[in-house]
Amino acid sequence: MKYVDEFRRGDIARGMAAQISRLVDPAREYRLMEFCGGHTHAIARYGLTGLLPDNIRLIHGPGCPVCVLPIGRVDSAIELALRPDVILCSYGDTLRVPASNKMSLYQARAKGADVRMVYSTNDALQIARDNPHKQVVFFAIGFETTTPPTALALIQARQEKLANFSVFCNHVLTPPAMRHLLAAGDAVQLDGFIGPSHVSTVIGSAPYAAVAEEFAKPVVIAGFEPLDVLQAVAMLVEQINQGRTEVETQFSRAVTHEGNQKARERVAQTMTLRDSFEWRGLGQVPHSALAIHPDFAEFDAELRFALPYRHVPDHKACECGAILRGQKQPQDCKVFGIVCTPDNPLGSCMVSSEGACAAHYHYGRFVQGATA
Amino acid sequence: MSKPYTRPLDLKHGLVNLTHGSGGRAMAQLVSELFAAEFANDWLAQGNDQAILPPPGGRIAIATDSHVISPLFFPGGDIGSLAVHGTVNDLAMGGATPLYLSAGFILEEGLPLADLARIVRSMAAAARAAGVAIVTGDTKVVERGKGDGVFISTTGVGVVADGVSLSGDQARPGDVILLSGTLGDHGMAVMSQREGLGFASPILSDSAALHTLAAALLAASPGLRLMRDPTRGGLATTLNEIAQQSGVGMRLQECAIPVQASVRAACEFLGLDPLYIANEGKLVAICPAAEAAAALAALQAHPLGQQAAIIGEVVHDAHQFVRVQTDFGGERLLDWLSGEMLPRIC
Repeated sequence: MKYVDEFRRGDIARGMAAQISRLVDPAREYRLMEFCGGHTHAIARYGLTGLLPDNIRLIHGPGCPVCVLPIGRVDSAIELALRPDVILCSYGDTLRVPASNKMSLYQARAKGADVRMVYSTNDALQIARDNPHKQVVFFAIGFETTTPPTALALIQARQEKLANFSVFCNHVLTPPAMRHLLAAGDAVQLDGFIGPSHVSTVIGSAPYAAVAEEFAKPVVIAGFEPLDVLQAVAMLVEQINQGRTEVETQFSRAVTHEGNQKARERVAQTMTLRDSFEWRGLGQVPHSALAIHPDFAEFDAELRFALPYRHVPDHKACECGAILRGQKQPQDCKVFGIVCTPDNPLGSCMVSSEGACAAHYHYGRFVQGATA
Repeated sequence: MSKPYTRPLDLKHGLVNLTHGSGGRAMAQLVSELFAAEFANDWLAQGNDQAILPPPGGRIAIATDSHVISPLFFPGGDIGSLAVHGTVNDLAMGGATPLYLSAGFILEEGLPLADLARIVRSMAAAARAAGVAIVTGDTKVVERGKGDGVFISTTGVGVVADGVSLSGDQARPGDVILLSGTLGDHGMAVMSQREGLGFASPILSDSAALHTLAAALLAASPGLRLMRDPTRGGLATTLNEIAQQSGVGMRLQECAIPVQASVRAACEFLGLDPLYIANEGKLVAICPAAEAAAALAALQAHPLGQQAAIIGEVVHDAHQFVRVQTDFGGERLLDWLSGEMLPRIC
């Protein structure tokens, strides 16, 4: 595959791993957080940890959109879906997120809710056109990457005067979460970030400059192919060795300083910053999420269905919060692989293939063997 | 003898209705004008409630499979041929020669008779090509909205020669794992149709009857431990099943596992792993290391096994883990499929 195979060549990977081994200072530890679940997945899927020197520690961050979705929001989506007049459209991963009372959107579907898995916001719009007598709600989740398609759907719905379409907006923002992690008193010690590239194709690399400067942490925005990740690790090690704390872009084939201006305009036109938003594992994070802009209020499912927000605490035994903050690893959780498995996830990190626990369960648990 | 019906079945414009499953005249007409006519064999022609068959030599193998697939027609096949191949392959993986099939149809009211005829013809052609006879069957009709067009259940009977004993619990450390060809073709062909994903180069299902390929492999490797067709759950699930049955681990070489470029690209696009995608025309085999070269040659000499490869080995592992050596020299687990494969969000 053009533009994919080039970034998965084993010989180059081994060469890069050897280069990283030469670069590292054996006297110190390099604690690097891959913010995005896409990186977590790539690291586990390609067995990258095994290629790196022992003093490079990769720490999973909160960048999995399914993992950070608070239970209260999933409960609201389930409530909506169970209404007989509603068709709830959702991206696939979201269906399995455990919510209150052992429910998930999958369970809701089994109870008769009309929940449709969609691949794009266009699918949701089409379902609305095809079902004029039903209320079609798009359950919008994800970081800056998935936000522009939601914005376009809102604009399209207005153009078509689709009165039966609305969006339950749960889009979250990366830089505020990164800032929140670093500012927290009990934050894990970090030496640098592998930054999410798909997010930066939209927002550019610029928003990370303030984070890097204020907290003196280097950020390397990296692609999701294994060679991208290895190169980003090498770039971070070099910055750390040299005492630099800059924002660098490894994924220069798609990321620019200013990002995608058109996409950002559409988002600004249709959505507005929330004062605060609860993230699973991180709690309330100021200015970290988007709501539907008042100009598009008629398409706001929260207003249309008067959805109240409720905080619902995580399961007591679940360590998702600490794992999402980088303070614990999946195998540190007592229920990992025993009570909490991908087939019966207790916490959100076990749901999506990009969740830290699911990635470790699927790809890496042979390392400590007996957990299965 | 005069014909009992004045008007033949309208296979061009007619629709299945509840009378076609009522046990009355309409059902008899459907059976005789479509099923019996297409499947045409002496046992079926007797029109009895059962087929009475001569005793086959050797041990009897029996397998049953239900086919529910949407869409009913997909690039490279349809539910009819699939219903034959699926059961023929289940028999063949035990080293059996398939002989007879039964077919149970659950039809949804409103199904165009033209679609049903197309499915039945395809089924008949697949059975003829595989050398099996569809000797008995059943038809039911459910109300509109209570089915998915048509469900087909097939049961197959075959015969296993003396001395052949293949089973999932026979893999031993040191054995070699073979795969007969590229992975994921069927699953991605169906998915591309179901989700309306038009790919520039259409992916065709690999749906095929594997009994002659299985026979060639068995002839080349008398010590063959087992064969299995990696259908739902794909290669990953199949190997985990075998590892558990045999109490062993497995170590695969990722670069040795054949996957078509178009399938790989489609999987990449949807965030899916081809090692978990369904196949309907591939087999996995495990044989002693000493017979691996002959087994591979036999597979590659067959039209359905030209891209066969040795993909790994069986190892000691108390945890029964299936591990994959990545192209980079890293290692990862190849786990059971959890739940349903879902495309990732971003």
